[in-house]
Amino acid sequence: MSLLWIVLLPLLGTLVPLFTERFGRSFCAFSVAVLPAGALVLVLMAAGDVFDGQTIRQSFEWIPAMGLELSFRLDGLVLLFLLLILGIGLLVILYARYYLSSKDAMGRFYAYLILFMTAMVGIVLSNNMIQLWMFWELTSISSFLLISFWSHKSEARKGARMALAVTGAGGLALLAGLLLIGNIVGSYDLDTVLANGDLIRSHSAYPAALTLVLLGAFTKSAQFPFHFWLPHAMSAPTPVSAYLHSATMVKAGIFLMARFYPVLAGTDLWFAIVSLTGLATLLFGAYIALFKHDLKGLLAYSTISHLGLITLLFGLNTELAAVAAIFHVINHAIFKASLFMAAGIIDHETGSRDMRKLNGLWKYMPHTATLAMVAASSMAGVPLLNGFLSKEMFFAETLNQSTLGSLSWMIPVLATLGAAFAVAYSLRFIHDVFFNGEPIDLPKTPKEPPRYMKIPVEILVALCLLVGVFPGYVVEGLLNVASHAVLAGDVPSYDLAIWHGLNVPLFMSFFAMAAGITIYYNRRHLFQFQSHFDEPDAKHIFEGIIQSVVQFSQRIITKLENSSLQRYILLLITFTLVMAAGPLLELQNNTGPRTELPLNAAVITGAILLIFSAVATVIWHRSRIIALVFLSVVGLIVSVAFAYFSAPDLALTQLTVEIVTIILLLLALFFLPQSTPRESSPGRLSRDFIISALVGGVIGTISYAIMTTPQETISSFFLANSKTGGGGTNVVNVILVDFRGFDTLGEITVLGIAALGIFKLIAGMRLYMPISDEKKRPWSNDPHPMMLEMVSQSLLPLALLISAYIFLRGHNLPGGGFIAGLITSVAIIQQYIAHGVNWIKPRLRIDYQWLIAGGILIATATGLGSWLFDRPFLSTWFDHFHLPLIGEFELASAMLFDLGVYLTVIGATMLILANLGKVSTSERMKVTAYVENNVNKHDKKEQN
Amino acid sequence: MEEVYALCVGVLTTCGLFLTLRGRTFSVVMGLTLLSYAVNLFLFSSGRLLLDGAAVLGQSSSYSDPLPQALVLTAIVIGFAMTAFVVILAMRSRADQGNDHVDGNIPPAPAAEYRRHKRTL
Amino acid sequence: MQHLAIFPILLPLLTGVFLLLPPLSQSIERQRGIAITASLLLIVIATLLLLTSNQQGTQLYVLGGWQPPYGIVLVADKLSTLMVLLTAILALAAQLYACAGDDRKGMYFHPLFMFQIMGINGAFLTGDIFNLFVFFEILLIASYALLIHGGGKQKTKASVHYVTLNLVGSSVFLFALGILYGTIGSLNIADMAVKVPMLSAEEQAITKAGGLMLLVVFGLKAAMLPLHFWLPRTYAAATAPVAALFAIMTKVGIYSILRIHGVIFGADAGALANIATPWLWPLALLTLAIGTIGVLASPSLRLTTANLVIVSVGTLLLAIALHRESATSAALYYMMHSTLIAGALFLIADLVKGERGKAEDRYVVARQMQHNKSIGIAFFIAALAIIGMPPLSGFIGKTLLLQSTQGTLEMSWVWSFILVSGLAVLISLSRAGTTIFWRISGENINQDKSSPLKLGAVYLLLACSPLLVIFGGPVTEFTQAAATELHATISTHDALRGEQ
Repeated sequence: MSLLWIVLLPLLGTLVPLFTERFGRSFCAFSVAVLPAGALVLVLMAAGDVFDGQTIRQSFEWIPAMGLELSFRLDGLVLLFLLLILGIGLLVILYARYYLSSKDAMGRFYAYLILFMTAMVGIVLSNNMIQLWMFWELTSISSFLLISFWSHKSEARKGARMALAVTGAGGLALLAGLLLIGNIVGSYDLDTVLANGDLIRSHSAYPAALTLVLLGAFTKSAQFPFHFWLPHAMSAPTPVSAYLHSATMVKAGIFLMARFYPVLAGTDLWFAIVSLTGLATLLFGAYIALFKHDLKGLLAYSTISHLGLITLLFGLNTELAAVAAIFHVINHAIFKASLFMAAGIIDHETGSRDMRKLNGLWKYMPHTATLAMVAASSMAGVPLLNGFLSKEMFFAETLNQSTLGSLSWMIPVLATLGAAFAVAYSLRFIHDVFFNGEPIDLPKTPKEPPRYMKIPVEILVALCLLVGVFPGYVVEGLLNVASHAVLAGDVPSYDLAIWHGLNVPLFMSFFAMAAGITIYYNRRHLFQFQSHFDEPDAKHIFEGIIQSVVQFSQRIITKLENSSLQRYILLLITFTLVMAAGPLLELQNNTGPRTELPLNAAVITGAILLIFSAVATVIWHRSRIIALVFLSVVGLIVSVAFAYFSAPDLALTQLTVEIVTIILLLLALFFLPQSTPRESSPGRLSRDFIISALVGGVIGTISYAIMTTPQETISSFFLANSKTGGGGTNVVNVILVDFRGFDTLGEITVLGIAALGIFKLIAGMRLYMPISDEKKRPWSNDPHPMMLEMVSQSLLPLALLISAYIFLRGHNLPGGGFIAGLITSVAIIQQYIAHGVNWIKPRLRIDYQWLIAGGILIATATGLGSWLFDRPFLSTWFDHFHLPLIGEFELASAMLFDLGVYLTVIGATMLILANLGKVSTSERMKVTAYVENNVNKHDKKEQN
Repeated sequence: MEEVYALCVGVLTTCGLFLTLRGRTFSVVMGLTLLSYAVNLFLFSSGRLLLDGAAVLGQSSSYSDPLPQALVLTAIVIGFAMTAFVVILAMRSRADQGNDHVDGNIPPAPAAEYRRHKRTL
Repeated sequence: MQHLAIFPILLPLLTGVFLLLPPLSQSIERQRGIAITASLLLIVIATLLLLTSNQQGTQLYVLGGWQPPYGIVLVADKLSTLMVLLTAILALAAQLYACAGDDRKGMYFHPLFMFQIMGINGAFLTGDIFNLFVFFEILLIASYALLIHGGGKQKTKASVHYVTLNLVGSSVFLFALGILYGTIGSLNIADMAVKVPMLSAEEQAITKAGGLMLLVVFGLKAAMLPLHFWLPRTYAAATAPVAALFAIMTKVGIYSILRIHGVIFGADAGALANIATPWLWPLALLTLAIGTIGVLASPSLRLTTANLVIVSVGTLLLAIALHRESATSAALYYMMHSTLIAGALFLIADLVKGERGKAEDRYVVARQMQHNKSIGIAFFIAALAIIGMPPLSGFIGKTLLLQSTQGTLEMSWVWSFILVSGLAVLISLSRAGTTIFWRISGENINQDKSSPLKLGAVYLLLACSPLLVIFGGPVTEFTQAAATELHATISTHDALRGEQ
């Protein structure tokens, strides 16, 4: 038989209700129950072997890299929990069928419920710590979904969020803890971990691991001070409260402590943390429970208190205490689940849960009342009921420990006090609800619930009695195997008899009874005393904390992200400065051995001119036209510099680009303000200047250091192979179209994309047409001067001729497709300037967009051509031919590639400039109109 | 010669960065243009400086390193595309936001102490 | 198939070009058809490439037949092919979503989208540092054009910031390249890695400056503190499918840091070994912190998602700073997961925005949405995944990362930062979800439904998360192998230089 199926069956069951919902509520409930029932049968089939003391294991490979494998183990402890989870689960399914109203989405409810059941089964069956954590978090998620089932209620949403946050935080702590343990042991396999208790306890990381794991357990099991989420989880439908928040999920933390008992327990640290937390929770819960007017509120705090009791028992570090703890897990699950169900019935039949209104229900629902009273007595620890037995054991264990030294007597005393309060609130539950006069204005007249709604309660209450009267026959075996698993060794002898003779524990329970009754009798004084403190609503406190955190973060963000570009750029530059300057500090001398070139007048003049015009650009940057003039001077000198340092191609390119850029800037300036206002304060100006100057200094230094160090580069290869391999004597051009043709392909793609993007920008642009500049001088309304028209028309063919020449010689002499393309476009632009768009349009029928695409296509196709010869992309081919008359000439695939470059450049430049020109003329309307009807078309499409 | 060249690169960088730190799109554009000049010169200098070396095979014995030249060529073209885009973007921003400030809204006038220093930039 | 390695670059390029030419340029329907076919094809190619690189080892594509280090070479190793596949999947989903109408809100959507993919793939595949620059520019200019798609004040403003910052960044990139070429004298990444240790002391100092300047460039792309400020507004302003695709852009920066600072300045770089690490540590932690704070502070789902991207960047940088195979492997897994989920969240935010009228995607009470259920479920899945809740991919990524720090000095730092940020994300997303989907006032009145195509695209991305868990075994095995390959630098040098 396969353990995997015990998890898989409920997992599949999650989907069932979604399909069967439509076939009616009863059928849905029934169909939901089938698969978990199957799982329960599987468990019972395996039970035999477990009782014989075996541990059944099964595992599958999953993610070895993180030590995660699908691994299951079934021992006594697991068996116990499986029976609780699946057994009570089935009862809850039946109960919920009658609890949910026809308006509630039953399918969704059951889906969540079974999902939770799967997660719970997964936790207890896990034999791998990471898998265990996986299912652990799954319970948090499903509990979130179930608490917020009535998501329209604010308190449901808030309660769910709070539960998720608290248990989620615990979950993260638990993950850290488990990883630490895994790190210590060197494996996430639970068997291995359980076998290495001493290693873990002696390890330096033990305290951290223990604390983290316990954090997980305490948050889940609502231990003080993490208890506050549980009462607010009560805004879930009552079946959920009965199942998750009393019987099973809150026991997950307990299970964790039980599971790791052999490896983590037994130290003073364990005792200190666990027992004291448990004690505090026990007292706190019991005390608060008494004052709750809401039935479920009372039960919630009593749950907290009982969980505290179990925790305390585990903390006592004695074997018998552990046994008692497990015994109480069983008992509490049974009586608390039945109590919640009873409370649900009362709520369901009276429409209220307020004990100030609910009185004297005995008359109306004697049957339910009897059941509730038995369960409540068990909660109070009345003899002949299961609660009594575990409570006796608990008292006994509090007595025979001496871990607090001379203060050890406190623990039994406080335990008795807690028990007394338990008696008091149980008494209140019974007396206030079923007797104590007549009901006060209830929404409905109370009556007995539907027959089947009571069955689950009856079963559970019957169990309370059976366990209480014949413990030996009913639970001893189960308790034994479970304890055996927890203690990982022999179980000490204990006896579950009802009567141990007159001993201290018995006396303690009697005292607790008496005290409890007295407390309840004098409750008025207590209530008055309690009413002096206004009880804080955890929900509001929690939300308040979250709110303040959010506001704090918002303050930080608004401070940092003030969406000021100037700040962001300053940060970028400063960061660059830090990065670049740091290493230079290690650089001793920045003058390398390389012999420097001699200075001469030409260079100095050029340098002075360059620096002057650059600085001038800055100084006059607010009167933009002037600044632009200086800027163009800078560009001019740069291109001259390139020529001077024997890079004619660069010089040509820089020059042509310069022209086009300046034209562009001028056009732009037509639409932008002519001058920049004074804005920056002197302080900021000096700051900006200092930072920029520092960066400039660093860059200059580096450049100098590089230029003065001799260098061994890969370029010799290009010089060697340019003619033979690339078929060209202009090495730079050969690099561009051949050695590094791929860069060039990318470069023209950039150009093309830029053009497209710019067209997008222009198309969506709404610009007003300035009729005069800022000094109110009207723009000349004579756009096309006569002279210019004449000259440009005659210049056009010449320009085209030149560009053709530049293009053809490119491969062997300075030139090439790019420069040629720019020259051509400049020539065409000149026509635009001279004649205006209206004159050009009919004469020049080219879609520049196609030109771009065509150019890139040709270039790419050239590259692809080499595939035909089974060579990699962009392999070039060239050969020399001899024709009569023309003579020797060369054909190279690189020329085709260069043609692509040429076309793209023209297409891009023209798409930009021509359309920008259009914006300033009547044509602009058409550009925008084109887009508009595009959009309109799309809108129509949307409507149809 | 090299120190002069390095000086120019440094000055260009400084001016470029200073302008990119200004608040109006046009100044930023001019700054970026200056910066790109600086970058091109710098990149070019990574192949070391050489006077009257040949760009074309068979013209002279000494050759300037062709690779940085090719890189600079690519850089120039890409720089041109980028400048063009940012210029038009500046116009678009003016059209959409009604002003040419980089943040799309004119910040409140700086503190009074600034008004006293009207003569500064 | 000897040319396979270059397909991820050529296919989108050619598709983009043909989309600009008649007959495709005329009708949006045809464009959609072709574009989606291309993306599907890209996924197939990427998968093939990944399998070949996994079985036959790294694929080198020597462009123009010029042997490295002289010519440009494409390197299709495990890491790069993984990134290409990731891009292809994300792109397909974003494209499907766009085809529901967003692609008509402006011109050239599909061509630009294709060029964007080309740029990203190129950046992943190239083995030449200047070529890397070129592809950076391609993906940047395409992203500029895509960012303004749809128009509007917000987009323009965001673009001005994004474009300007990146132009300065590009200049820094070129300065750095100049430095590196000036000292090392080569552009082939592997060749540079071999030459770096042989530099003289002076050259080393200068080279270090260049290397660290590259960290600035990549940090800007990856949105590393203090260079992350542009991200939230930009991503929140972008049209949904564009924002979704942008989810991979930050990863390009991360990838480049892995490649350049992991290989050229890697463990074998002698005096220049791991120059980035001392900076990466604090910056990664701070990035994680500021991202988390941003998530807590965000008033709308789009901003939350944008800040989640920053969180993931911080986490990844942490993993890189760890300089361990296991950490890198964890980072790769986490990168796949976070990219896809972030993309999905951007789309979900847009669905919400489309169906909630004036309330858009802000965390305020609003009327019920048309698809409250389907969108709600999508959000729930995405949220669980991004928080790192089992059973979805997030928890595997995070757990792997936590495990990989064990035994290091930084362990406690990494753990506390990652776990706390996880809790913060959990809290803010639970608030976001309950508010958007459950705090409803009145029934839905506005009939603007979001098309099933959009939902399909979202669920396509979300489906990847459970798949990453179910097939976690093989996936982690692959990332492990990729990490090993990346860290065994010396051997790869020779491979990249074609000296096998």
